Amino acid sequence: MALRPEHEIHTRRKGLNIGVGLMLGAFVLLVMLLTFTKITSTDFRIPASQGVGAQIDEGGTN
Amino acid sequence: MTDMTNTQSFENEAQLGDYYALLKPRVMQLVVFTAVVGMLAAPVAVNPVVGFASILFLAIGAGASGALNMWWDADIDAVMKRTLKRPIPAGKVTPQAALYLGVALSGLSVMMLALSANLLAGFMLAFTIFFYVVPYSMWLKRSTPQNIVIGGAAGAFPPVIGWIIATGNFALEPWLMFALIFMWTPPHFWALALFMRNDYDDANVPMLTVTHGRRVTRNHILGYTVLLTVLAVGTAFSSIGGWVYLATALVLNALFLKGAYDIWRRDEEMSEADNFAAERKFFRLSLWYLFAHFSAILIEAGLKPFGLGGW
Repeated sequence: MALRPEHEIHTRRKGLNIGVGLMLGAFVLLVMLLTFTKITSTDFRIPASQGVGAQIDEGGTN
Repeated sequence: MTDMTNTQSFENEAQLGDYYALLKPRVMQLVVFTAVVGMLAAPVAVNPVVGFASILFLAIGAGASGALNMWWDADIDAVMKRTLKRPIPAGKVTPQAALYLGVALSGLSVMMLALSANLLAGFMLAFTIFFYVVPYSMWLKRSTPQNIVIGGAAGAFPPVIGWIIATGNFALEPWLMFALIFMWTPPHFWALALFMRNDYDDANVPMLTVTHGRRVTRNHILGYTVLLTVLAVGTAFSSIGGWVYLATALVLNALFLKGAYDIWRRDEEMSEADNFAAERKFFRLSLWYLFAHFSAILIEAGLKPFGLGGW
Protein backbone atom coordinates (compact mmCIF):
# COMPACT_ATOMS: atom_id res chain seq x y z
CA MET A 1 0.00 0.00 0.00
CA ALA A 2 1.36 3.35 -0.99
CA LEU A 3 2.05 5.92 1.65
CA ARG A 4 -0.61 8.62 1.86
CA PRO A 5 0.67 12.09 1.12
CA GLU A 6 0.69 14.33 4.17
CA HIS A 7 -2.55 16.26 4.53
CA GLU A 8 -2.33 20.04 4.55
CA ILE A 9 -3.60 20.07 8.13
CA HIS A 10 -0.38 18.41 9.26
CA THR A 11 1.74 21.06 7.55
CA ARG A 12 -0.35 23.84 9.07
CA ARG A 13 -0.25 22.40 12.58
CA LYS A 14 3.44 21.68 12.20
CA GLY A 15 4.05 25.35 11.50
CA LEU A 16 2.03 26.41 14.55
CA ASN A 17 3.69 23.87 16.80
CA ILE A 18 7.20 24.78 15.67
CA GLY A 19 6.39 28.48 16.13
CA VAL A 20 5.08 27.98 19.67
CA GLY A 21 8.07 25.75 20.48
CA LEU A 22 10.55 28.34 19.27
CA MET A 23 8.82 31.07 21.27
CA LEU A 24 8.88 28.99 24.44
CA GLY A 25 12.58 28.26 23.87
CA ALA A 26 13.29 31.96 23.35
CA PHE A 27 11.36 32.77 26.53
CA VAL A 28 13.44 30.31 28.57
CA LEU A 29 16.65 31.78 27.12
CA LEU A 30 15.51 35.30 27.89
CA VAL A 31 14.67 34.43 31.50
CA MET A 32 18.11 32.79 31.88
CA LEU A 33 19.83 35.84 30.41
CA LEU A 34 17.79 38.17 32.60
CA THR A 35 18.63 36.17 35.71
CA PHE A 36 22.32 36.16 34.85
CA THR A 37 22.24 39.93 34.19
CA LYS A 38 20.41 40.68 37.44
CA ILE A 39 22.81 38.59 39.50
CA THR A 40 26.00 39.93 37.95
CA SER A 41 24.97 43.58 37.77
CA THR A 42 23.97 43.87 41.43
CA ASP A 43 25.94 43.07 44.59
CA PHE A 44 23.98 39.87 45.05
CA ARG A 45 25.56 37.38 47.46
CA ILE A 46 24.47 34.06 48.83
CA PRO A 47 23.52 34.79 52.46
CA ALA A 48 26.42 34.02 54.81
CA SER A 49 24.42 31.69 57.02
CA GLN A 50 23.65 29.26 54.21
CA GLY A 51 25.59 26.76 52.13
CA VAL A 52 28.67 27.72 50.16
CA GLY A 53 28.46 31.38 51.22
CA ALA A 54 28.88 30.45 54.86
CA GLN A 55 31.87 28.25 54.09
CA ILE A 56 33.55 30.96 52.03
CA ASP A 57 32.88 33.58 54.70
CA GLU A 58 34.45 31.28 57.29
CA GLY A 59 37.62 31.19 55.21
CA GLY A 60 37.57 27.73 53.69
CA THR A 61 35.63 24.65 52.74
CA ASN A 62 36.69 22.42 55.58
CA MET B 1 -19.86 15.16 2.64
CA THR B 2 -17.93 14.67 5.84
CA ASP B 3 -14.68 15.15 3.97
CA MET B 4 -15.87 18.44 2.54
CA THR B 5 -16.81 19.72 5.99
CA ASN B 6 -13.46 18.69 7.38
CA THR B 7 -11.58 20.35 4.55
CA GLN B 8 -13.43 23.58 5.16
CA SER B 9 -12.67 23.54 8.86
CA PHE B 10 -9.00 22.77 8.13
CA GLU B 11 -8.76 25.72 5.80
CA ASN B 12 -10.13 27.97 8.50
CA GLU B 13 -7.84 26.64 11.20
CA ALA B 14 -5.81 29.31 12.94
CA GLN B 15 -2.15 29.66 12.14
CA LEU B 16 0.51 31.42 14.14
CA GLY B 17 -0.07 34.62 12.14
CA ASP B 18 -3.74 34.67 13.16
CA TYR B 19 -2.85 34.58 16.84
CA TYR B 20 -0.26 37.29 16.20
CA ALA B 21 -2.93 39.43 14.50
CA LEU B 22 -5.03 39.11 17.69
CA LEU B 23 -2.35 41.10 19.49
CA LYS B 24 -2.89 44.16 17.23
CA PRO B 25 0.69 44.39 15.92
CA ARG B 26 0.34 47.96 14.69
CA VAL B 27 -0.77 49.18 18.11
CA MET B 28 2.10 47.16 19.60
CA GLN B 29 4.56 49.03 17.35
CA LEU B 30 3.33 52.35 18.71
CA VAL B 31 3.48 51.01 22.27
CA VAL B 32 7.06 49.77 21.80
CA PHE B 33 8.21 53.01 20.17
CA THR B 34 6.71 55.37 22.76
CA ALA B 35 7.80 53.16 25.66
CA VAL B 36 11.38 53.00 24.35
CA VAL B 37 11.38 56.80 24.10
CA GLY B 38 10.03 57.07 27.66
CA MET B 39 12.70 54.68 28.90
CA LEU B 40 15.61 56.33 27.09
CA ALA B 41 14.49 59.88 27.93
CA ALA B 42 14.65 59.03 31.64
CA PRO B 43 17.70 60.28 33.51
CA VAL B 44 18.67 56.75 34.63
CA ALA B 45 20.51 54.35 32.32
CA VAL B 46 18.99 50.89 31.95
CA ASN B 47 20.93 47.67 31.44
CA PRO B 48 20.30 46.71 27.76
CA VAL B 49 19.14 43.19 28.62
CA VAL B 50 16.77 44.45 31.32
CA GLY B 51 15.54 47.21 28.98
CA PHE B 52 14.97 44.82 26.08
CA ALA B 53 13.15 42.26 28.22
CA SER B 54 11.01 44.90 29.93
CA ILE B 55 9.91 46.50 26.67
CA LEU B 56 9.17 43.03 25.25
CA PHE B 57 6.95 42.18 28.22
CA LEU B 58 5.26 45.56 27.96
CA ALA B 59 4.56 44.87 24.27
CA ILE B 60 3.15 41.43 25.15
CA GLY B 61 0.90 43.08 27.76
CA ALA B 62 -0.31 45.57 25.15
CA GLY B 63 -0.95 42.67 22.77
CA ALA B 64 -2.88 40.83 25.47
CA SER B 65 -5.17 43.81 25.96
CA GLY B 66 -5.66 43.87 22.16
CA ALA B 67 -6.71 40.19 22.20
CA LEU B 68 -9.15 40.84 25.06
CA ASN B 69 -10.53 43.84 23.18
CA MET B 70 -11.06 41.69 20.06
CA TRP B 71 -12.77 39.04 22.17
CA TRP B 72 -15.19 41.58 23.63
CA ASP B 73 -15.75 43.52 20.40
CA ALA B 74 -16.12 40.50 18.07
CA ASP B 75 -19.75 41.39 17.32
CA ILE B 76 -19.05 44.94 16.16
CA ASP B 77 -15.82 43.93 14.40
CA ALA B 78 -17.95 41.66 12.21
CA VAL B 79 -20.03 44.66 11.08
CA MET B 80 -17.31 47.22 10.32
CA LYS B 81 -15.41 47.04 7.02
CA ARG B 82 -12.18 48.12 8.70
CA THR B 83 -12.26 45.22 11.18
CA LEU B 84 -14.06 42.54 9.20
CA LYS B 85 -10.85 40.62 8.46
CA ARG B 86 -9.71 40.39 12.09
CA PRO B 87 -9.14 36.78 13.19
CA ILE B 88 -12.41 36.32 15.14
CA PRO B 89 -14.90 37.76 12.61
CA ALA B 90 -12.93 35.97 9.84
CA GLY B 91 -13.61 32.69 11.66
CA LYS B 92 -9.91 31.88 12.14
CA VAL B 93 -9.84 32.09 15.93
CA THR B 94 -12.71 31.39 18.32
CA PRO B 95 -13.69 34.12 20.80
CA GLN B 96 -12.88 31.69 23.63
CA ALA B 97 -9.34 31.15 22.32
CA ALA B 98 -8.84 34.94 22.14
CA LEU B 99 -10.07 35.29 25.73
CA TYR B 100 -7.74 32.56 27.00
CA LEU B 101 -4.77 33.97 25.09
CA GLY B 102 -5.49 37.50 26.36
CA VAL B 103 -5.82 36.43 29.99
CA ALA B 104 -2.74 34.18 29.88
CA LEU B 105 -0.54 36.80 28.23
CA SER B 106 -1.80 39.52 30.58
CA GLY B 107 -0.78 37.51 33.63
CA LEU B 108 2.55 36.49 32.12
CA SER B 109 3.50 39.99 30.95
CA VAL B 110 2.61 41.74 34.22
CA MET B 111 4.48 39.17 36.29
CA MET B 112 7.55 39.22 34.04
CA LEU B 113 7.66 43.02 33.82
CA ALA B 114 7.50 43.26 37.62
CA LEU B 115 10.40 40.81 37.82
CA SER B 116 12.54 42.28 35.05
CA ALA B 117 12.00 45.97 35.89
CA ASN B 118 10.20 46.76 39.12
CA LEU B 119 6.88 46.28 40.90
CA LEU B 120 5.59 49.75 39.99
CA ALA B 121 6.10 49.06 36.26
CA GLY B 122 4.24 45.74 36.64
CA PHE B 123 1.43 47.45 38.49
CA MET B 124 1.14 50.18 35.85
CA LEU B 125 0.98 47.58 33.07
CA ALA B 126 -1.76 45.69 34.94
CA PHE B 127 -3.67 48.94 35.40
CA THR B 128 -3.28 49.82 31.69
CA ILE B 129 -4.60 46.42 30.56
CA PHE B 130 -7.50 46.70 33.00
CA PHE B 131 -8.24 50.28 31.93
CA TYR B 132 -8.28 49.39 28.22
CA VAL B 133 -10.37 46.25 28.60
CA VAL B 134 -12.89 47.05 31.37
CA PRO B 135 -13.64 50.80 31.58
CA TYR B 136 -12.93 51.48 27.88
CA SER B 137 -13.93 48.35 25.91
CA MET B 138 -16.66 47.01 28.20
CA TRP B 139 -18.24 50.11 29.75
CA LEU B 140 -17.63 53.24 27.75
CA LYS B 141 -16.87 52.44 24.11
CA ARG B 142 -20.49 51.64 23.35
CA SER B 143 -22.10 54.13 25.70
CA THR B 144 -20.44 57.53 25.32
CA PRO B 145 -19.20 59.66 22.43
CA GLN B 146 -16.19 60.47 24.60
CA ASN B 147 -15.05 56.83 24.06
CA ILE B 148 -12.07 57.93 21.99
CA VAL B 149 -10.90 60.36 24.67
CA ILE B 150 -10.98 57.61 27.30
CA GLY B 151 -9.41 55.04 24.98
CA GLY B 152 -6.66 57.55 24.28
CA ALA B 153 -5.68 57.46 27.95
CA ALA B 154 -5.06 53.71 27.76
CA GLY B 155 -2.84 54.19 24.72
CA ALA B 156 -0.94 56.98 26.44
CA PHE B 157 0.48 54.94 29.34
CA PRO B 158 3.42 53.21 27.55
CA PRO B 159 5.92 56.13 27.79
CA VAL B 160 5.05 56.46 31.49
CA ILE B 161 5.74 52.75 31.97
CA GLY B 162 8.97 53.10 29.94
CA TRP B 163 10.11 55.88 32.27
CA ILE B 164 9.20 53.78 35.34
CA ILE B 165 11.17 50.83 33.94
CA ALA B 166 14.26 53.06 34.06
CA THR B 167 13.65 55.05 37.24
CA GLY B 168 11.14 53.10 39.32
CA ASN B 169 9.38 56.42 40.00
CA PHE B 170 6.90 58.88 38.57
CA ALA B 171 7.98 62.34 37.38
CA LEU B 172 6.44 65.23 35.44
CA GLU B 173 8.14 64.44 32.10
CA PRO B 174 6.52 61.05 31.39
CA TRP B 175 3.15 62.61 32.12
CA LEU B 176 3.89 65.25 29.48
CA MET B 177 4.45 62.41 27.02
CA PHE B 178 1.23 60.80 28.30
CA ALA B 179 -0.63 64.08 27.72
CA LEU B 180 0.79 64.35 24.21
CA ILE B 181 -0.68 60.98 23.17
CA PHE B 182 -3.85 61.58 25.16
CA MET B 183 -4.60 64.91 23.44
CA TRP B 184 -3.49 63.60 20.03
CA THR B 185 -5.83 60.58 19.99
CA PRO B 186 -9.22 62.35 19.66
CA PRO B 187 -8.42 64.50 16.59
CA HIS B 188 -6.64 61.49 15.02
CA PHE B 189 -9.67 59.19 15.40
CA TRP B 190 -12.33 61.81 14.74
CA ALA B 191 -10.70 62.60 11.41
CA LEU B 192 -10.87 58.86 10.64
CA ALA B 193 -14.53 58.80 11.71
CA LEU B 194 -15.31 61.64 9.31
CA PHE B 195 -14.23 59.69 6.24
CA MET B 196 -15.05 56.15 7.49
CA ARG B 197 -18.47 57.22 8.65
CA ASN B 198 -20.59 54.24 7.64
CA ASP B 199 -18.48 51.86 9.70
CA TYR B 200 -19.32 53.37 13.05
CA ASP B 201 -22.94 54.02 12.08
CA ASP B 202 -23.43 50.36 11.11
CA ALA B 203 -21.87 49.10 14.33
CA ASN B 204 -23.89 51.50 16.51
CA VAL B 205 -20.71 52.74 18.17
CA PRO B 206 -21.57 56.18 19.54
CA MET B 207 -18.80 58.09 17.81
CA LEU B 208 -19.10 61.85 18.09
CA THR B 209 -19.98 61.97 14.38
CA VAL B 210 -23.03 59.77 15.08
CA THR B 211 -24.26 61.27 18.36
CA HIS B 212 -23.54 64.98 17.95
CA GLY B 213 -23.16 65.33 14.22
CA ARG B 214 -20.31 66.05 11.91
CA ARG B 215 -20.26 69.83 12.45
CA VAL B 216 -19.65 69.31 16.18
CA THR B 217 -16.93 66.75 15.36
CA ARG B 218 -15.15 69.28 13.17
CA ASN B 219 -15.35 71.83 16.00
CA HIS B 220 -13.95 69.29 18.45
CA ILE B 221 -11.05 68.43 16.14
CA LEU B 222 -10.03 72.08 16.01
CA GLY B 223 -10.50 72.57 19.78
CA TYR B 224 -8.40 69.55 20.71
CA THR B 225 -5.73 70.49 18.15
CA VAL B 226 -5.37 73.98 19.66
CA LEU B 227 -4.95 72.48 23.14
CA LEU B 228 -2.56 69.85 21.77
CA THR B 229 -0.45 72.56 20.13
CA VAL B 230 -0.06 74.45 23.43
CA LEU B 231 0.93 71.25 25.18
CA ALA B 232 3.28 69.99 22.47
CA VAL B 233 5.15 73.28 22.11
CA GLY B 234 5.19 73.81 25.89
CA THR B 235 6.85 70.39 26.36
CA ALA B 236 9.86 71.80 24.48
CA PHE B 237 10.74 73.80 27.62
CA SER B 238 10.75 70.81 29.96
CA SER B 239 13.79 68.64 30.67
CA ILE B 240 12.93 66.26 27.79
CA GLY B 241 12.77 69.16 25.29
CA GLY B 242 15.45 71.18 23.53
CA TRP B 243 16.18 72.92 20.24
CA VAL B 244 15.56 69.83 18.10
CA TYR B 245 12.25 69.15 19.79
CA LEU B 246 11.21 72.83 19.65
CA ALA B 247 11.92 73.08 15.91
CA THR B 248 10.03 69.81 15.27
CA ALA B 249 7.09 70.91 17.40
CA LEU B 250 6.84 74.33 15.77
CA VAL B 251 6.79 72.93 12.22
CA LEU B 252 4.44 70.03 12.88
CA ASN B 253 2.02 71.96 15.05
CA ALA B 254 1.76 74.70 12.45
CA LEU B 255 0.89 72.05 9.84
CA PHE B 256 -1.48 70.24 12.21
CA LEU B 257 -3.28 73.46 13.15
CA LYS B 258 -3.62 74.34 9.47
CA GLY B 259 -5.07 70.86 8.80
CA ALA B 260 -7.55 71.16 11.68
CA TYR B 261 -8.56 74.63 10.50
CA ASP B 262 -9.14 73.28 6.98
CA ILE B 263 -11.39 70.54 8.38
CA TRP B 264 -13.24 73.05 10.55
CA ARG B 265 -14.03 75.50 7.77
CA ARG B 266 -15.38 72.80 5.43
CA ASP B 267 -18.90 71.43 5.39
CA GLU B 268 -20.13 68.03 4.23
CA GLU B 269 -20.77 69.20 0.70
CA MET B 270 -17.21 70.42 0.28
CA SER B 271 -15.79 67.23 1.82
CA GLU B 272 -17.86 64.92 -0.32
CA ALA B 273 -16.88 66.85 -3.43
CA ASP B 274 -13.22 65.83 -3.05
CA ASN B 275 -13.86 62.54 -1.20
CA PHE B 276 -12.72 63.93 2.17
CA ALA B 277 -9.27 64.89 0.90
CA ALA B 278 -8.55 67.33 3.77
CA GLU B 279 -9.72 64.84 6.41
CA ARG B 280 -7.60 62.05 4.91
CA LYS B 281 -4.57 64.35 4.69
CA PHE B 282 -5.02 65.38 8.34
CA PHE B 283 -5.26 61.72 9.39
CA ARG B 284 -2.03 60.83 7.55
CA LEU B 285 -0.30 63.87 9.01
CA SER B 286 -1.41 62.85 12.51
CA LEU B 287 0.61 59.62 12.18
CA TRP B 288 3.75 61.58 11.29
CA TYR B 289 2.96 64.13 13.99
CA LEU B 290 3.23 61.67 16.86
CA PHE B 291 6.18 59.82 15.37
CA ALA B 292 8.13 63.06 14.85
CA HIS B 293 7.50 64.39 18.37
CA PHE B 294 8.66 61.20 20.03
CA SER B 295 11.61 60.91 17.64
CA ALA B 296 12.63 64.44 18.64
CA ILE B 297 12.46 63.51 22.34
CA LEU B 298 14.61 60.48 21.54
CA ILE B 299 17.15 62.62 19.66
CA GLU B 300 17.34 65.07 22.57
CA ALA B 301 18.00 62.15 24.92
CA GLY B 302 20.61 60.75 22.52
CA LEU B 303 22.42 64.10 22.31
CA LYS B 304 22.62 64.63 26.08
CA PRO B 305 25.68 62.38 26.67
CA PHE B 306 27.54 64.64 24.21
CA GLY B 307 26.47 67.78 26.02
CA LEU B 308 24.22 68.80 23.12
CA GLY B 309 20.65 67.82 23.98
CA GLY B 310 18.25 69.85 26.11
CA TRP B 311 18.70 73.50 27.01
